[in-house]
Amino acid sequence: MYQIIRQILRTGIKTETPPQPDDTLRSQIQEINAQILHHVGRALAIRHVDAGSCNGCELEIHCLNNAYYNIDGLGIHFVASPRHADMLLVTGPVSRHMEIALKRTYDATPDPKLVVAIGDCGGDGGIFSPSNALGDKCESYASCGKVANVIPVDVAVPGCPPTPVAILQGILTAVSNLKAR
Amino acid sequence: MKLEEFTIKFPRLPGAMPAWHGTVSAEELCALCEEAQRGGGKLLALWGSDETEQNAGYALHVALVTAPGLLVLTLPVSCDKPVFPDLSQIFPAADRMQRGVADMLGLHPGGGGNHRKWLRHAAWPGNIHPLRKSFDGTTRFPTEDDNYPFVPVTGNGVHEIPVGPVHAGTIEPGHFRFSIVGERVLRLEQRLGYTHKGIEKRFEGMVLEQGARLAGRVSGDTTVGYAWAYAQAVESVTHTTPPPRALWLRALFLELERVLNHLGDLGYLGNDAALAFGFTQFWILKEDLLRMNGELFGHRYLMDRIVPGGVACNPDDAGLLRIAGMLCHIEQNVATLKGIYDDHAGVQDRFLTTGRVAPDLAAQLGLTGMAGRASGQAWDVREQFPCVPYDRLDVQMATHRNGDVAARVIVRFEEITESIRLIRLMLEKLPQGEVRCAVGEAAEGRLGIGWVEGWRGEILVALHTGKDNRIHRLHPHDPSWQNWPVLEHAIIGNIVPDFPLINKSFNLSYSGVDL
Ligand code: SF4
Repeated sequence: MYQIIRQILRTGIKTETPPQPDDTLRSQIQEINAQILHHVGRALAIRHVDAGSCNGCELEIHCLNNAYYNIDGLGIHFVASPRHADMLLVTGPVSRHMEIALKRTYDATPDPKLVVAIGDCGGDGGIFSPSNALGDKCESYASCGKVANVIPVDVAVPGCPPTPVAILQGILTAVSNLKAR
Repeated sequence: MKLEEFTIKFPRLPGAMPAWHGTVSAEELCALCEEAQRGGGKLLALWGSDETEQNAGYALHVALVTAPGLLVLTLPVSCDKPVFPDLSQIFPAADRMQRGVADMLGLHPGGGGNHRKWLRHAAWPGNIHPLRKSFDGTTRFPTEDDNYPFVPVTGNGVHEIPVGPVHAGTIEPGHFRFSIVGERVLRLEQRLGYTHKGIEKRFEGMVLEQGARLAGRVSGDTTVGYAWAYAQAVESVTHTTPPPRALWLRALFLELERVLNHLGDLGYLGNDAALAFGFTQFWILKEDLLRMNGELFGHRYLMDRIVPGGVACNPDDAGLLRIAGMLCHIEQNVATLKGIYDDHAGVQDRFLTTGRVAPDLAAQLGLTGMAGRASGQAWDVREQFPCVPYDRLDVQMATHRNGDVAARVIVRFEEITESIRLIRLMLEKLPQGEVRCAVGEAAEGRLGIGWVEGWRGEILVALHTGKDNRIHRLHPHDPSWQNWPVLEHAIIGNIVPDFPLINKSFNLSYSGVDL
């Protein structure tokens, strides 16, 4: 136990100032907390769904849970069931084999719900989507392409993979979108 | 034909790795596989290709690791009778690979082999084989019923717990079906393929240079391993030798990737044993390293830093110093954390004897890579078949025989220590000069092999060239093909709540095998 406490003290507090949800919002923890409270009424519960990613985007979502970003401190947490979630964080081009599971997860999430599509793949199908004769991304026998082809999407965060800060920004932007609804 | 005749009869493929390729008959294929198996060799990968445009029917390719190196055996398969010998009798690991070939190309293992589908679910009908050249990859079919024939387990008090494809944590999708008696697992059956997004079809027709980005995204957590293996394959078919500094930097990236993944998994393993402190600490170290990567090399996971012909970034001396400083930071903290994990009775109680794969079972099933080394399977490409710069570094392989979660944890700790030692040597001996050279054009009908010891195990990239410097067929092989079926054994007799811990101790790729 002594070792653990010593290591904790030696490590100190790593948590950094969070990014701005969008240009108009100030980057104070209280601000973000207030935003989430205002729009959600309590902590924001997120359910992650890998709908066919290469697992690169998952790596950065994991990082979001590390001490530097301290999302729990902001009032954001990941939950195990879509029934407990306010938001779905969806990665990957949606594979045909995950199409039904994604739709069911979406249907199981109570309204009002938010969907944030993560990564270049989530946003436009990314590298896994072939291009058609016109050069536009199209679907394939195995992939439905972008998340918005399968369920409604509020915010798409580009990047391959997007950094934790970018993902957090996307989450906060989606939350502030609630106001507009 | 005997194994030793193979390397005499057929020429060695050009390139960094010792590999030979030749065409064999069905009898020769079986005999060579049996001899390799008896001699302590193993099956690395198995894939098929469509050669009908060359009027040569289909082909089955089998990569074996033997004493001299990698032997790639090609068996022509006729269109009229697209059947090949069932190799799962010799190498159990061949089973899922063969079923993948059956789904994707319509070539079937003969005899009483396993004929259940594997990669195909409900997105295309059974008479369609997406990797056939006549199939247009953008064709879409209505969703059918999957109707996958799970193996039923019956008996007094047996019940089933189906899990997934969407899991409770932030992990990739897959379906696990546990048959339980009381708290103990009687049987686990996996159903994967959910992230199948048509990667292999997507490769076809790409020019060689283009394929590098896609190769780096077969399994994101192994992007360096795949990018290097892909580059090796391209350099083999184009007779390119990258500048020495590039090769050393590639190894530096590969070891950084190994450290990153082990740090992350060690954190999660603590977490899964109810020591959240472990997660917090290891993930601070991981983030520190990721940020350094981002600032020095322009990508936190080093995606697209390895390209055919070399590498796409070149650290200066200040950068190298920074890496050295980071190594000290990680080394000191990991040593402290290892002491804490070792002394923590609760953690050790969860780790010891949990999810055990005994060495003889590991050998029989072909358990490979890091998990294999924790079960006495002493294989490491970096040590046994070292390319530049590993031939100058004398890699020390970490092995253990207990095969439980604790052994996989120890191997990870030891591999972090060894990678840090290797990176220090690389920083010291890093040659000066260029980091990238021009890549020539490849002739049609060549085979190029890339073979890299990624953090999880051996990555193979097999590249068959087509016309105009394009890819005719590309098979990326992840060690998870071998290790997923072993996980089904590792859980037997354990309690269900230990599954996340056991699963994490292997941490296998879904995307890498679903393709
Ligand atoms: S956006 Fe990039 S990292 Fe994310 S799933 Fe797609 S290829 Fe992988």
